[in-house]
Amino acid sequence: MNIGIPKESRSGEKRVAGSPKLVEKLRNLGFEVSVETSAGAQADISDQDWIDAGASITERAHELWAQSDIIIKVNPPNAQEASHLTEGKTLVSFFWPAQNESLLKSIAAQGANVLSMDCVPRISRAQKLDALSSMANIAGYRAVIEAGNHFGHFFTGQITAAGKSPPAKVLVIGAGVAGLSAIGCASSLGAIVRAFDTRPEVADQVKSMGGEFIYPDIEEDGSGDGGYAKVMSKEFIDAEMALFAQQAKEIDIIITTALIPGKTAPVLITSAMVQSMKAGSVIIDLAAEQGGNCELTQKDQLIKKHGVTLVGYTDFPSRMAGQASQLYANNIGHLFDELCPQKNGQIEINFNDEVIRGTTVIKEGQLTWPAPAPKVSAAAPPSKKEVSKPVTTEQAKPSKAWGNVIGIAVVAALILAVGSVAPGKFMGHFTVFVLACFVGWQVIWNVTAALHTPLMSVTNAISSIIVLGALLQTGSDSNMIVLLASVATLITTINIFGGFLVTHRMLDMFRKD
Amino acid sequence: MSEGITTACYIVASILFILSLGGLSDQQKARRGNLYGIIGMLLAVGATVFNASVGNYGVVITVVIVGAAIGAILAARVKMTAMPELVAMLHSFVGLAAVLVGFATFLDDTHTLTGAEKTIHDVEIYLGILIGAVTFTGSVIAFGKLSGKISGSPLLLPGRHFINLIILAACIVLGWMFIHAGEISVGITPLLIMTLLALLFGMHMVAAIGGADMPVVISMLNSYSGWAAAATGFMMSNDLLIVTGALVGSSGAILSIIMCRAMNRKFLNVILGGFGTKKSNASAGSAAEHGEALAITSAETAELLRDSQSVVIVPGYGMAVAQAQQSVAAMTQKLRDLGVDVRFAIHPVAGRMPGHMNVLLAEAKLPYGIVFEMDEINDDLSKTDVVMVIGANDIVNPSAEDEPDSPIAGMPVLQVWNARDVIVLKRSMATGYAGVENPLFFKDNTKMLFGDAKASIDAVVQAL
Repeated sequence: MNIGIPKESRSGEKRVAGSPKLVEKLRNLGFEVSVETSAGAQADISDQDWIDAGASITERAHELWAQSDIIIKVNPPNAQEASHLTEGKTLVSFFWPAQNESLLKSIAAQGANVLSMDCVPRISRAQKLDALSSMANIAGYRAVIEAGNHFGHFFTGQITAAGKSPPAKVLVIGAGVAGLSAIGCASSLGAIVRAFDTRPEVADQVKSMGGEFIYPDIEEDGSGDGGYAKVMSKEFIDAEMALFAQQAKEIDIIITTALIPGKTAPVLITSAMVQSMKAGSVIIDLAAEQGGNCELTQKDQLIKKHGVTLVGYTDFPSRMAGQASQLYANNIGHLFDELCPQKNGQIEINFNDEVIRGTTVIKEGQLTWPAPAPKVSAAAPPSKKEVSKPVTTEQAKPSKAWGNVIGIAVVAALILAVGSVAPGKFMGHFTVFVLACFVGWQVIWNVTAALHTPLMSVTNAISSIIVLGALLQTGSDSNMIVLLASVATLITTINIFGGFLVTHRMLDMFRKD
Repeated sequence: MSEGITTACYIVASILFILSLGGLSDQQKARRGNLYGIIGMLLAVGATVFNASVGNYGVVITVVIVGAAIGAILAARVKMTAMPELVAMLHSFVGLAAVLVGFATFLDDTHTLTGAEKTIHDVEIYLGILIGAVTFTGSVIAFGKLSGKISGSPLLLPGRHFINLIILAACIVLGWMFIHAGEISVGITPLLIMTLLALLFGMHMVAAIGGADMPVVISMLNSYSGWAAAATGFMMSNDLLIVTGALVGSSGAILSIIMCRAMNRKFLNVILGGFGTKKSNASAGSAAEHGEALAITSAETAELLRDSQSVVIVPGYGMAVAQAQQSVAAMTQKLRDLGVDVRFAIHPVAGRMPGHMNVLLAEAKLPYGIVFEMDEINDDLSKTDVVMVIGANDIVNPSAEDEPDSPIAGMPVLQVWNARDVIVLKRSMATGYAGVENPLFFKDNTKMLFGDAKASIDAVVQAL
């Protein structure tokens, strides 16, 4: 089959749905690839690069669409492009079926196949195909860079001869892929990063990226299906807004990424909050496409209000076209691995594979969107196990205290019992024994764990002091006794020499630096 | 030599032994500590040799020379990976010596005691031989398990608790008979029978304990060898033996406690044998929804390491088995030259014996300043870029924290999943000693580097 990669028609789009590496991969799978001339120009991929990878260059767009069996794109096709998608042809691109219902229906009527990259199921197996995540990752990163561009101070704190400058304070709202990426980028630039999400279980993820997780003091869990958030109750929203209002006074940069699938983005940063922010602050609203998380955001624009720079760009991935095209191409490549398992240049839209099933929105003219939910969820919801977590240790404490008291009482009673019947000499030795046990207890707890093995070998050597017992028997008249004593002397001598020497050998190995 | 001087020498020897053990609080002081121990031993033996009870000097000197030679050769040639076996073997010698000295003392009819003194003396002999015999065979079996000559899986005879109780009861009865025996020729019989039973008990007890619990077993046997020496000391009214035995006994007891805490198991639970037999069913259910483990190559690993700022390496017994310490040291050196901060995280029960990993790393010339215990480094893992887990499994298993039903529930583990990336070196996806699935392998930030540890790391070193 022929695969065609056109130049993106959407105005301002710099990405291309492929890379030379993808071309090689597709050719290995048995496909022929053609690319529209200068399709990759704004992603730093020249026509020659495509040719070197084995693709052919087509001069005219409509020729490419006409002669290709499979078209790979970034954005949904416009009406004219879509008219080429007749029976037997397949389109692979971001489609946003919920927002493009009429386009969906018209292509279905034409009898083609459409696989929509934004419909890839959110399961672990499909992570390598997940283009939403790879683009969100880029957006989160780029948001921080963009913020840095407009922010007039250092991100990282510095103490120089000229004085001290504090680190920037960044607030990231929404700890999804974009949010986490932003946290990581801002944190690595040296800023103090705080992050909020309605799902409390992402606290660990936030922490691992270098951020501090903040949450209002309310017991509501915002986790919805498939790892997305859900709409929260009014009490929660009020507490959330109060938290943001308080933060806004000291935060320098806010990056918001809060989206709810299928709904307008929630407004979380009010005009009042923006007014309370310090002059020179920056807000990057990654939810601008869906209405924006900030009341004052203007989609695709950069404006300045109340001394705060408000960025509502919706094309961050396109602004990093080179990286985005590369990652998108990787996702496409993995998709084709699933579509063409026989490596024979033909694709099989196999509905038994739940990844392909989820991704396909039109098959042979039949509308197949929305797909049934995948059987295995992306992240198994953690049950409330935290309460039972400290398994043995906590409950044991009160009974342990009593156990200690009883134990001491029993030991004391035993010692008294022994003392009442034993002769004086024995009690003398017993005294020594008990005291030696205490000394041993105190001394050994101080031994560093790194030296436990030499401890065992040296205690071994020392316990061979039993040789004294053997030696004191060697002067006996009985041959049997002398024999026993000699053998005992032999083996304890082995222990003494072996033990001390091997301890010495081991201790010699430890170097300080 | 007068008794006063001998006793004075014994006191000094005791002090030197205590100082010797105290020196092990720090790697620098430890070498001096070992020297103190040697001096103490020489002093004690020297003071005793001139005692009137010592005779047959020709035999004694021959035996000492032979013993010294054997000991020196063993110490010089043993591989550090074989330290646990050596320690087990040495413990068995102490146990056997206690038995022999016990019998020698019993057969010695030159001292006549009566009444309570005799009873106590008899009890001391009895206990000394009992503990010594258990230590002897227990250590021999431990040696077998550690060196692989005997299977590591626990030998769980039906009714094994019953068998142990019977033996215990029999020993008490025989003890009674022994104490009431008027003459040596009468008392020898229950003594010999008890010895036999004790030998069997030692074998049975250690055979019933799984290979994973060996750290506890070895510590326990270390402790017993101390108590055997103390009992011998009581037997011979020798305070130095009593002091030394108490020191060694406490040392072993403390190590056993540390090991048990590190595995979150009760001591009795470990000793009475079997591991994971009760709840292994629970782990099967949770194995279902794990997902895929992602694989990585040595070249990619090298890249990941080169680009990171902080790396923590978690070694396990698997590293020792693969003899990969030297390769790990080479890799560490290369990374440090590239400016990467490399540290090691040692779990208390990593390896087959307390402190085993530390010795292996020291042997590979890794400085001890970058080797940390679990408690010291666990909190830093969330700030670490890459963690490499080499041949370790249960000690990095998050199930210990997340699943109350798991056989390893509650065990303190190294929280490696908090790092940015985790690379696990394993031969295959097989489970570790506990037979438990490890969800760490399926986490998003974990990649698996399959293959023999030494080969994989050598390849990484090449790629760096």
